[in-house]
Order: sequence, then C-alpha cells, then structure tokens
Amino acid sequence: MPINTDKIRSLFPVLHQEVNGKPLIYLDNAATTQKPQAVLDALTNYYQHDNSNIHRGAHTLADRATRYFEKTRTVIKEFINAKEEGEIIFTKGTTESINLVAATFGRKFITKGDEILISTMEHHSNIVPWQMLCEEKEAILKIIPINDSGEILMDEFDSLLNEKTKLVSIVHVSNALGTINPVKEIIKKAHQVGAKVLLDGAQSTSHLDVDVQDLDCDFLAFSAHKLYGPTGLGVLYGKRNILESMPPYQGGGEMIKEVTFAKTTYNDIPFKFEAGTPNIADVIAFQKALEFINKLGKSDIKKHEDDLLSYATDLLGEIQGFIPVGTAKEKVSVISFNIKGMHPFDVGMMLDANGIAVRTGHHCTQPLMQRFGIEGTVRASFSVYNTESEIDQLAASVAKIAKIKNK
Amino acid sequence: MSSIQDIQNEIIEEFDILGDDKESTIYYIMELGAQLPEFPESERIEENIIKGCQSKVWLTTQEDEDKIIFLADSNTDITKGLISLLIRVLSGRKPQEILQAQLDFIDKIGMGNIIGSQRSNGLAAMIKQMKLYALAYQTKQTI
Repeated sequence: MPINTDKIRSLFPVLHQEVNGKPLIYLDNAATTQKPQAVLDALTNYYQHDNSNIHRGAHTLADRATRYFEKTRTVIKEFINAKEEGEIIFTKGTTESINLVAATFGRKFITKGDEILISTMEHHSNIVPWQMLCEEKEAILKIIPINDSGEILMDEFDSLLNEKTKLVSIVHVSNALGTINPVKEIIKKAHQVGAKVLLDGAQSTSHLDVDVQDLDCDFLAFSAHKLYGPTGLGVLYGKRNILESMPPYQGGGEMIKEVTFAKTTYNDIPFKFEAGTPNIADVIAFQKALEFINKLGKSDIKKHEDDLLSYATDLLGEIQGFIPVGTAKEKVSVISFNIKGMHPFDVGMMLDANGIAVRTGHHCTQPLMQRFGIEGTVRASFSVYNTESEIDQLAASVAKIAKIKNK
Repeated sequence: MSSIQDIQNEIIEEFDILGDDKESTIYYIMELGAQLPEFPESERIEENIIKGCQSKVWLTTQEDEDKIIFLADSNTDITKGLISLLIRVLSGRKPQEILQAQLDFIDKIGMGNIIGSQRSNGLAAMIKQMKLYALAYQTKQTI
C-alpha cells in the first residue's frame, strides 16, 4: 500500500512546529529519526505504571517490566530474523556494539600479524576501535578502496582478502553517501578464507530488509534511535557459537551465574554481555518503534523513500553549482552534496534559516572526505514521513543559495 | 576614530533594522565578510589558524605605531562575516583598549540565536585570540 504521509506525519508531534518562522522540514534522518507518539507514550507509561528493575524480582511490577523488556528482544529477533533471543544483546548504540566486539572477540581472537579489513567509507566508530585493537595486538588494519561514485572496489577487496584476514568489519549502508554495499557477496567471500564479518547496520536497518540468516553475517550492530526509537540504545546481534566463545565485555551484576571471591562463573548469552541494570524504559519503548515499522512494512517504506530519492536527485541535479557526492547505483534515501564555491556549513545554516534541517560537515567519515578531497558535504536524508513538497522546498532553497556564488 | 562603544551601537542598530529574519541576517553577515580586505597569502599558515573554530579562521596582526591592525580570513563566508564584525570593533586600536573592551553587541544583536552554540564557541575563541594578541603587544610595549 502506498505510504499515506499525512497520516504518518500526524503520529510525529515534533514535525508540527515552525523553525525560524518557517514550517520545519526535517531532513536529518540519517543522524536520527523522529519518534512516533506511541514510542513517547510507552516511555511515560513505563515510568508511570511499570517502573521496576528487571530479572530476579519477586514482585508484580518487576515481573511486568521483565516481560515487556524481554518482549522487545523477541521483536528484534524477528525484525532481523535471528535464530533466537540469546543472539540479541542490548548496548548503548552501534558504537558500543562495535566496541564490544573489538574488546571481546578482538581481544581473544586477533593476534600479532592478523589482518582486519574495513572500507574507505566507514564511520569513525568502525575505524577507531579497530585501530586501537590493531595497535594493542600488532595486527594490521587494511582498507578496501572505493571508486569515484562511492562504491567498494570488489576486485581490490578480493586481492586484500587472504588467510590472515580474521575479520571484515564493513558498513552495510554508508551514512555519508547512502551507498548500499554488496555485503552478501562480501560475507560469502570472507567466510571462504575463514574470516568473520561484522556489519555496521546503523543506516541499513531503517531502510532495508536486513535478514541476518540470509546474509549470514557473524555480527550486526545497529541503533534504536535511527529506527524511530529512543536514543542511548543499540543492538549487537551475534551468532550463538561465536558469542559463546567470546569473553565477557564488562563485569558486574546480571552477567554472572555465581560469584565467590575465589571464582566467578558467567551467565549465558545474552546476559553475559549485559552487565548492570539495562536501559529498561528505552528498550520497552523501542518495541513500539519496531511495531510502527512492521505495520507499514519495510517494502512500502523503501518504495516511498526511493521515490523521494529519485525525485530529489532529479530536482537538485538541475541546480547550477550543485555537486553530488556519492552517486552509487545502489543507494538509500541520502543525498550528499556541495555547492560550488560555498562551504557546507554556510549552506546548512542558510537552509536552517528556511526551516530545513540537514547535516553538514564530515559526518564522522573524515577518511572518506579525504578520499574525495573535500572538507565535508551537506547531507539531506529522507524518511518515511517526508514528502515531495518538502523536497520542492529543499530544491528551491538550495537553488537560491547556490545563486549567490553561481550566477 | 569612533569609540568601541559607538561602533558597537552602530552594529546593534544595523542588526535591529534586519529584525528577526534569520535569512536576511545571515546574508547581511556574509556581505560584511565579503568586504574584508584581502588576506595576505603568506600569512595563510598553520600557526595563524585559531583553535576552537569548527571552520578554518586565520588571524594575524600588523603594527601601526602603537595600534594593532587585525587581518583575518575564513574558509566559510558566514564565519568571515562574524570576524569582520570583530575587526570593525577592535582593529586599529591600542592594546589597552582592546583588552578592556566589553563586547556587548554580540549578545545585544542575539548572535547566539543566529549562529547557534557551536559557532558561538568559535566566536569566543576569536575574541580570546584577539585579546591575546593585544596582551602580547602590551607586554612588548612596556618592555
């Protein structure tokens, strides 16, 4: 069914406001999506009626909170088609999920001379943890190059891959360019040399149907707040046998089976990796965000976003001085660009004066910006609640701004 | 030469005419930046970059007897406009005057709301750097 944006927009209170005297046009969805009323209600409901610490509680509230909390794990399991709830670990976000793998899998299985492969288009959160690990372990971080459109060079990937490669950690969808990487092929090839694969799904899970069994990835990291859910919550998916082979991440309550001063035994997955009281309220509210997505259906969402992308690509492409950055054949609804003779900060600020929210700068992908020889870009990213009329406004504003330096 | 306060009042009046319209205010700031004298290429060096600004800002000085002339440039037009306002108020003055200057025009024209918190930090870094130059000149003059 086609997306009814009027109906959808009515579910998002934040969209109904003026910014700088103009109706807000929110096009910074790759940074974070807005939250539907149901998510906000779930947060307040939890604190009003159910607030209690989960697991091991003998009382009714604790039991209720535990059930709601664990229900989200089941919904996530289904959302990414994991085999079981045990493979779903709650974290603070994509960044922590990646750091968890580096600190546990990395610490145990990466040794001197091993190689870790990432690509040029990684977010800093999928670069720095591996640099830190490689420094500690005297392992080698290798970078898969990209072409001028912002696509991974698969030939180069093939030649970098060898029996020393222990891990390929790769972004599924580029946050700065929108490129969808051929991860299924990457995973298959990596497995052929015995390497494990971590997918950074921060940007892909909101746009694409991500099926961890079909992809056969070993890890998947993503954040709730880019999926219409709360901030401060993320997920790490891992295959059971790999998670079981990994040492714990942090020590504390929840992650133990038995503690004596002589020896501590650890809990089973996923709890082994969830030390301390988790982010209960946000986990419970996240369920409502996933229900929102499931109700609309990923394929209808994608169709709507793809339509917006091609509409915007055509309109903006006509503007004199418009320079697109990242023109991959396979893209999600992200347009990164520059205006000839102008700094992205200035463009972003002028768009903000028109009520249009976009992101400007290096998007935490400085090596990628260096690859393109630019300081940064202006990035407009579209979501299910955006409309063609908003893109008309964006194009009109960009055209007006571009005219300053491109007469 | 008008006093620092007179020039600040002039700026406050100019921005008052622009009113609450953020777009015209930004365009005006950019126009001011475009009028800055050309920055000497030989001064476009790492040491002259002000730390604490998100965009690149180069700042250097020239001596004019007992006064300091500020020269600046930026890779973003809005920032260039912002520093041109500071130059208009502080350039061509004695170190003592610069050090004592209370730059109340920034608050009075609502700069924080116009440029946002990140750029406000950058603006504070520019002012600090200009005052540091003044302090260095003052120290040199007393020696």
